[in-house]
Amino acid sequence: MSSILPIAFDGIAYASWLFLISAGLTLIYGVMRILNVAHGSLYALGAYAACSLAGAWLGGGLPAAGSFAMLLLAAVLVGSLVGPLIERGLLQWMYGKDEVVLVLVTYAVFLIMEDVIKLVWGVDSLLLPEPYALPGNFQLGGLPYPVYNVVLIALALATGLALAWALYRTRQGKLLLAVIHDREMSMAMGINVSRVYLATFAVGATLAALGGAFTAPTIAVTPGIGVEVIVLAFAVVVIGGLGSLGGAALGALLVGLVRSATVRYWPEAELFSIYAVMAMVLIARPKGLFAAQEARKI
Amino acid sequence: MRPLSSFGLRAALAAFVFLLAVPASLAQQPLKVGIVTFLSGPAAGPFGVPARNAAELTAESLNAGTVPAPYSQKGFGGTPIELVIIDEAGGPQKQVAEYRNLVPRVDIVIGYISSGDCLAIAPVAEEQKKLTVLFDCGTPRIFEDASYKYVFRTGPTGTMDNVSVALYLVERTPNVKSIAGLNQNYAWGQDSWADFENAMKTLKPGIEVKTSQMPKLFAGQFGAEITTLLGSGAEVIHSSMWGGDLEGLVLQGAPRGLFEKHKVVLSAGEPAINRLGTRIPDGTILGARGPFGPFAPDTDLARWLKTTYQDRYHVPPNYASFKMTQAILSVKAAYEKAKGSGNAAPDQDKIIAALENLTFEGPGGPVKMALGKGHQAIMDAAVGTTKVEGGELKIVDVARYSADKVNPPDGMKSETWIKSGLKK
Amino acid sequence: MKAAIVAIASLVALTGLALLSPQWLVFMAMLALAKGVVVLGLLVLMRTGLVSFGQGLYFGIGAYAAALLSHHLHVADAAVMLLAGAAAAGLVAALLGLLLARYRDIFFAMLSLAFSMILYGVLVKSAALGSTDGFNLHARTFFGVALASGAERRVFLIAGAVCAVVAALLVHRLLGGHWGRLATGVRDNELRVAYLGASPYRVVYVNYLIAGALAGLGGALAALAVGHVDPEMTYWTTSGEFVFIAILGGIQSILAPFVAATIFEALRMIASQYAPNVWQMSLGLAMLTIIMFLPAGLWTLAERRRRSA
Repeated sequence: MSSILPIAFDGIAYASWLFLISAGLTLIYGVMRILNVAHGSLYALGAYAACSLAGAWLGGGLPAAGSFAMLLLAAVLVGSLVGPLIERGLLQWMYGKDEVVLVLVTYAVFLIMEDVIKLVWGVDSLLLPEPYALPGNFQLGGLPYPVYNVVLIALALATGLALAWALYRTRQGKLLLAVIHDREMSMAMGINVSRVYLATFAVGATLAALGGAFTAPTIAVTPGIGVEVIVLAFAVVVIGGLGSLGGAALGALLVGLVRSATVRYWPEAELFSIYAVMAMVLIARPKGLFAAQEARKI
Repeated sequence: MRPLSSFGLRAALAAFVFLLAVPASLAQQPLKVGIVTFLSGPAAGPFGVPARNAAELTAESLNAGTVPAPYSQKGFGGTPIELVIIDEAGGPQKQVAEYRNLVPRVDIVIGYISSGDCLAIAPVAEEQKKLTVLFDCGTPRIFEDASYKYVFRTGPTGTMDNVSVALYLVERTPNVKSIAGLNQNYAWGQDSWADFENAMKTLKPGIEVKTSQMPKLFAGQFGAEITTLLGSGAEVIHSSMWGGDLEGLVLQGAPRGLFEKHKVVLSAGEPAINRLGTRIPDGTILGARGPFGPFAPDTDLARWLKTTYQDRYHVPPNYASFKMTQAILSVKAAYEKAKGSGNAAPDQDKIIAALENLTFEGPGGPVKMALGKGHQAIMDAAVGTTKVEGGELKIVDVARYSADKVNPPDGMKSETWIKSGLKK
Repeated sequence: MKAAIVAIASLVALTGLALLSPQWLVFMAMLALAKGVVVLGLLVLMRTGLVSFGQGLYFGIGAYAAALLSHHLHVADAAVMLLAGAAAAGLVAALLGLLLARYRDIFFAMLSLAFSMILYGVLVKSAALGSTDGFNLHARTFFGVALASGAERRVFLIAGAVCAVVAALLVHRLLGGHWGRLATGVRDNELRVAYLGASPYRVVYVNYLIAGALAGLGGALAALAVGHVDPEMTYWTTSGEFVFIAILGGIQSILAPFVAATIFEALRMIASQYAPNVWQMSLGLAMLTIIMFLPAGLWTLAERRRRSA
């Protein structure tokens, strides 16, 4: 019993982080059929922007609690500036190409952004430990845990609920669902698909940047952090079923819990636990846990 | 098929001609030194760029003749040197390709931080007959599994780091009963942990290993690992982490009391000082892969490197900077020894003969090319403990271990030496 | 007939290259050839409409099989190593293919990615195989004939050229005939293929097997060229590189993989030589340019020429 609580808490905290980075990926795939490798760069950009903004805020001697607002601001800025830039400047010329070609397009964007980040912020790590240390610890099963992880869990929950509400309870969300379901029909019905794409990409980019911004206080922000998350996010999204928000949540939870149990009981297997889960899920359910049904076209 | 085949042929021909033209320029005058170090990716910040900075600084100072004795002669024996710098990122396969492209363009190659790159490059250097000095990579396998004529390594191996921190630990806490590890899951992390674990078992037979955590390289987040370590009850935690992972470990572990509850040993922790400063909790045991950075002896050469580097780049040089400068100076020493009092430039074989078994003065103190038939350097080791004094991070209680105490004798494998009792 | 002429011409050209050019170029040509062979396999797979993001699995298996022969069993014959590489990869592909041949689209890509990443994890964990550092290999003979020091890679290049040309001819024959049309049918509408009485599963399975064996051969060639193997060969970025080369070449011609692999290697070399600080950006921009202006790969150029002629 004493070890189940810590494992569950660590697992859920990790799952929250995974959900933040995969929600945007699955949304973009669901609507636009783009497996966006540049999601990793947007995550990294979010982390770097958070360091710069919150760093400036704290450096200016402003109250430390306000740095959380700066993390949010960083995510929104990256999402609303860089997201549309990529979509309008590049992706919109590529629609209609094969899915694989689109993966490569976003991979090229990813390569370019790696160097852009290096040119802007340099290769030294950036640190932003204040928001992480600020709320302190709480005790669980006799061990200290950072309250910041609770913040992360709350943020993931809030993000998930907000996305679900926007998708299923608002007019815009329903239009989006229509586009996901049948793009051609939606166009015929007068939905401005181009605008839907732009909005989706911006929201997806904001989610990626949000994940990066709230991870920044816990890590050293260095070149290459984007590479590490992208395959993880792919795995989560594929386990859940591409394009499914609920799937991403469940996939994140599954991976998070499996990983934290592995670290505790069988640390040697940590490296491939995630891919083993992915392979097993795909073998049992070839299209992931929550796959959308597709019509057979004869 | 026809249009394509003619197109294909023409494209291939164009590519061929173009490639032929690329490395054609082989200027004779300044000595060209190829420098290979990480300019991108996670290793660029802590190692790659500090090493490149040191290379540029050292080359300029050598050409201006402003390096202290015994290196005050300009360039290499009067001939100025010119650097050709390339990025080490991309993995061994890409590096072998880059190396082969580099060889015709330079006289000497100095480089390589990643052990995988070093292992892949060494046989190629031998085949290409190009003097190649490895400056940083840590695996002892290079000269223990093979022997080379054209390959040298002027920095000590990773074995020394872990043996010296184990000695330091046992001297200070003779009753230590349990250890645990947190190392990156790749060759460096696995080897470092194995060396440390074996050294501790040799020094304190019956010591208990509570857990060995091996998170994925560059994972950055160690929540579950820290929980497991906190719950393990181990007295000592060993970590050979570096770069972002190490900084992440300190940022996440310190607020949760990891460093208070356990004695934490960071065997390659020195580069983090410049990044984390006073955030590193008091009482952490630090190594610097040799007597570098804050452990450097008080010599003219070390002072020169520290002040000129600090003035130019506004941070102190870390161990990667020291080791790069050391590698360049080793070649200079060998070049000048081979040249003697004559005027002719020495040929490569003479330089190699001079570098074999050479003892020279580096910014970290004396370096002996004592292992691997005179191709692998050994140096004294230094270990210290962190303490924040007056708002600054200080290294206190520094212990030095003579080179032959923390390195195996020539011809013996590191692993065997550690397991067989660390005897001379 | 035309194919045979092209094959002989390529062989002669590559042999000339192997004998006359400087060492670094021999090496580059070999690497391009090795990757070309892997991409040739991908092309076979892509004819059925499937893209694998996990060819690194077979590339790695081929390389490690060759290296293990040399390093642990002391079999230092290059010809044996090449065969072993292709056979080991083909064997694993025959096994995994049973499962993967049921998958389509992105799920096929992702499951193949998962398998390659599992192998990556296993290799990283194997201290006996040098973990991420990998280990060296040496081929000292070729079909029993001892190799002169310094001339090894020239011989390997010729051997690689023979392998590549034979593989390309076989693939050309296969895809040019009934089987090729069946594969295209599976890509366009597999339900119709099934209704016509053919088994799409079998088509995909066999093509997957071929792709795996070719990737293994490519891996063994690369291992011989580099003289070193490490787990990076199985990492997803390596697999991604193969897909990029395949897209760069286009799937219409058997020559395309080799031309594209050469161009890719040259691009990367030039980028890291002339822009060491921004080589990734240069590579990314080059990729975007190619995708923008050559939508069906290099084949687009040939098509344009044919139309204007």
